[in-house]
Amino acid sequence: MKFIKVNKLAALLFIGALTIGFTSCDNDDDNTPDQNAVYAQEDQMGRPAVNTVFVQGARKDVFNVTIPSQMGAAFGQEIQDRLLALNAGYTTNALGLDAATFSGVLATDVLTVSLTGTTTFFDGVNVLTGRTLSDDVISTELLLIFGGPDGTANPGLTDDHVDGNDKAFLSTFPYLASPW
Amino acid sequence: MKRKITFLTALLAIATSIYLIAADHNEALGVQDTGSDIADLFAYQSPQNSNNLVFAATVKGLLSPSATTNAQFDENVMIEFNIDNDGDAIEDLVIQCIFQDGQVYAYGPYAPMTTGLNSSIDTNAPLAQAGITPYGSNAIVGSSNGVSVFAGPRDDPFFFDLTQFGAILGGSATSFNDPGTDAFEGTNVLAVVVEVPKSMVGTGDSINTWIETKRKQ
Repeated sequence: MKFIKVNKLAALLFIGALTIGFTSCDNDDDNTPDQNAVYAQEDQMGRPAVNTVFVQGARKDVFNVTIPSQMGAAFGQEIQDRLLALNAGYTTNALGLDAATFSGVLATDVLTVSLTGTTTFFDGVNVLTGRTLSDDVISTELLLIFGGPDGTANPGLTDDHVDGNDKAFLSTFPYLASPW
Repeated sequence: MKRKITFLTALLAIATSIYLIAADHNEALGVQDTGSDIADLFAYQSPQNSNNLVFAATVKGLLSPSATTNAQFDENVMIEFNIDNDGDAIEDLVIQCIFQDGQVYAYGPYAPMTTGLNSSIDTNAPLAQAGITPYGSNAIVGSSNGVSVFAGPRDDPFFFDLTQFGAILGGSATSFNDPGTDAFEGTNVLAVVVEVPKSMVGTGDSINTWIETKRKQ
């Protein structure tokens, strides 16, 4: 009985040693990712179309390598200038934000996501609490840029009338539709 | 009338700098047509499990179906989801996705060794891994420690009447059409999707998130 126990122990130790051996081999395996490399930033995005619409020319590349905590100081003014170039009649928008405040929100290009409630870019009630696949983000942004304080200004510019995707999303992971 | 003319003049002045705009597709010359060109970012509560959050990023926008056959993730480009859970727009956590030999490796969420423009991978970070789904195959999903990962070609989930917007900016139109025309209809992207327990990304009411692509030096 005792002999069997010792044998079992020896077998377990042997299996353990093999496992450790294989683990060590894995670390040197050429097929595993290179873990010592340094990766340098090339592109960045938080909310849809901020850099695309509000930053111009070569500054777009600068925006892409500016860390979000420094974006407000670096890009706030030119984003406000661009907002007023797009809509010279801008006063406030449906969120009640004047040009400077709205530009400040836009400049720090991060997407806020709720951990406790509905996550949506805009669903008629909640605003900027996330972004789902089906959110009509462009029409929301057009409304905030062109729609004025109550969303009724420039009615021809506040909705592109493309309200949904060209393929149905999946109800299960990975949610995005299969490719065409 | 004067206001309208001012508005249109302003639009005309900026039209020349815009050739193709979208969520983030092809937005800047420095990353245009490269494996690091972000198309889009989505982050939302999982439809399957309200305790989970889904992060989805797309790159290489506007792929035709024929171009999708040979489209591949750039093995030298990391797709990094950044998570700020204390409101200072500095990442407290990252999920780092890299692509090698037909596999996607998703490290995290974990506190990065450094914040900012340059990143490395902590070899001790939790890892979820999956085969990259080939074009035309069923989705391959890898899961580890409650984290799921997918990578492969998908239909571009973005929709927008880009053409008419361009016409408005160019001064040849003054309003959108109803109905509009989705300029992204029938086009694909390369997508990486990660689902994680909310408890792994923060304990407050909300987080800030953004996506970065970073090239191996």
